Amino acid sequence: MTKLLLIGLKDLKLAFRDRAALILMLLAPFLLTLGLGFVTGRFSGGSGGISEIPVVIVNLDGEQLGDALVDVFKSDDLSELVTLTEADDPEAARRLIDEDEAAAAILIPEGFTQSIMPSAEQFAGGNAADPVKIEVYANPSRPTSAGIVKAIVDEFASRVEEGRITGMTAVTQMIVTGRLAPQDAEAAGQAMGERLAESPGTGLGIALNTNTASGETNDFDVLAYMAPGMALMFLMFTTSYGGRSLLAERSQGTLPRLLVSPTSTAQVLGGKVMGIFFTGAAQLFILIGASTLFFQLKWGDPLGVIALVLAAVFAATGWGMLITAIARTPAQVGNLGSAIMLIFGIMGGSFIQLEALPEVVQWFSKITPNAWGLDGFTTLALGNSLAHLGRPLLALTIMGAVLFTIAVIVFNRKGIMQK
Amino acid sequence: MPPILEVQNLVKKYGDFTAVKGISFDIQEGEIFSLLGPNGAGKTTTISMLSTLYEPTGGEAVVGGHSVTKDPMAVRNLIGVVPQELALYEDLTARENLVFWGQMYNLGGSRLKSRVDEILEQIGLADKAKDRVKTYSGGMKRRVNIGVGLLHKPRLLFMDEPTVGIDPQSRRAILDTVKDLNKQGMTVLYTTHYMEEAQELSDRVGIIDHGELIALGTQKDLTRQVGETETLILHLGENDDPQALAAALNNVHGVIKAEPTDGEVSVICPEAEDVLAAVVTAANERGIKIRSIDIREPNLEAVFLHLTGRALRD
Repeated sequence: MTKLLLIGLKDLKLAFRDRAALILMLLAPFLLTLGLGFVTGRFSGGSGGISEIPVVIVNLDGEQLGDALVDVFKSDDLSELVTLTEADDPEAARRLIDEDEAAAAILIPEGFTQSIMPSAEQFAGGNAADPVKIEVYANPSRPTSAGIVKAIVDEFASRVEEGRITGMTAVTQMIVTGRLAPQDAEAAGQAMGERLAESPGTGLGIALNTNTASGETNDFDVLAYMAPGMALMFLMFTTSYGGRSLLAERSQGTLPRLLVSPTSTAQVLGGKVMGIFFTGAAQLFILIGASTLFFQLKWGDPLGVIALVLAAVFAATGWGMLITAIARTPAQVGNLGSAIMLIFGIMGGSFIQLEALPEVVQWFSKITPNAWGLDGFTTLALGNSLAHLGRPLLALTIMGAVLFTIAVIVFNRKGIMQK
Repeated sequence: MPPILEVQNLVKKYGDFTAVKGISFDIQEGEIFSLLGPNGAGKTTTISMLSTLYEPTGGEAVVGGHSVTKDPMAVRNLIGVVPQELALYEDLTARENLVFWGQMYNLGGSRLKSRVDEILEQIGLADKAKDRVKTYSGGMKRRVNIGVGLLHKPRLLFMDEPTVGIDPQSRRAILDTVKDLNKQGMTVLYTTHYMEEAQELSDRVGIIDHGELIALGTQKDLTRQVGETETLILHLGENDDPQALAAALNNVHGVIKAEPTDGEVSVICPEAEDVLAAVVTAANERGIKIRSIDIREPNLEAVFLHLTGRALRD
């Protein structure tokens, strides 16, 4: 383990002595974030954040859950972030978006509440209706604002789904144990739903956590999306740079020299991986520190940020190792790494919000550390904590583990660590 | 006392190509043993197998009682390796390089620090220890490259052509270092294609060509194989044809063998004085201008020429 650390720390030192690498690792993402901040008006006064997002809502449901969602958008918590317009006609709402009058339209279809809270007959028959879906009609020219609206609706939908499953399970359990007659199931479900809908605050437990610890309003800062986007994109450069150093060590003779010292092949490979990991983590922490210091950017729960950085670097390191395993020369790793950095940057939402991209791209974005990392950083910037990062953390960890396994298999097949 | 290195019928194949064809030799503790041969003879491949970098296709090598194939980690603790190519981190300083490589050889704490200081003194870079290696001259880099191989005081040091591509002053410093190390008790396996280095340093020499060990012994043993001969080196004019002259000289009475090389002809004969006049006449008859003539006593170059029909530098 000591040698792993020593090799890793040596690589970290070498990376931070390479001026060209430092420019791409630190300066480029910092300057691009700065540039994007100017373009989006982040530095041109006011609170600097996004506020008064024009949203149109059409509530065709008219029952508890539809009303609850409207209440969420009317709540005090969102009063500065969102400017809500209620409408009756979905087509008119869509037209407003097409004409760039609003950032997004939320269309709550008829029967939404009914589809969530099943009737007694449905319980008795054992088959609940498929939930009717809420539609968010996003304005592609306002990806960040539309993304925020979608995030709020997604949060609402996920809470509703959670409540629906919990309620169904509870009611079913009560019927099975004889504590509730099947004919009373609908009434019990309705009562549960009403209690949920009438719960204090923003309703349905949709706590968007828009308050900071000091109680100040925490607008969603556009840089909280752009800064991690750039950092994650250039993280891919760092990991391919690290991978390239493995092949470079082979050609410059230091790898064979390591392999004739009393150091095992596994220690050498592990040390190289450790070096990439250390360098990537140092890069992200420096960028996070710099953007906090210079842009007053609030990244959110520190524990969540640390966990997310480590998971994102782990997944990106996996990609770096796979690129290295596939390539034959350091130059090939560099070229392949740069191409993947840009493709992942675009696909993973570093330039354009994922919601604005075609569905197929959104689907493919799941293979990028960028998409999952951005998902996590946006979640944190919206005021959530480490506890809400389950999905991105799990996805990034699985991604890293799978990529490492493939890379090691390819390494062994190609005999890269054999001399 | 058993040899520190025993090599038995060592073979290395790459597909259909056999780089090392079953060589056998041993090295006694305290010896300087040179493997002398032209480029591509199999010297580096042999050292790579002995230092556990390459796995042999056949045969066996034992270092200090440990097999290179069955117990490579024990072998690595006994040996030091100075590779032909510089194997250093150029963005680290000399001290940082030595500290890192010392750690890879399980050195630490005050022992590591004192060894690094000693090595920096030994290679004459103590005052430049904090400079990055990339700012060094080729000779200075070579010295650090050697220093890394000495950090853990190996019992057996492999040096693979350590003087390739450096200036005469640095080469002299390296040869002196090898002799000093040997005086301190270190056993050295030295590969080179420079006959002079092998002659100056070695207790025994193995001559390797096309993956085969074609001669082995002390310098006296080897030169005896050529017989009591001398070698004339004829330096020709720029436009003269060494091949034509060599062909003519092979028919001169008293010449054992004449070999053309780049702008020169090597003539092996029992007595130089006896053939000198005939050689000059043969050249004049063909309009070939001899610029100068060297007369050499029997040496390893002559041995190689005698055994292979080629000069070492061919």
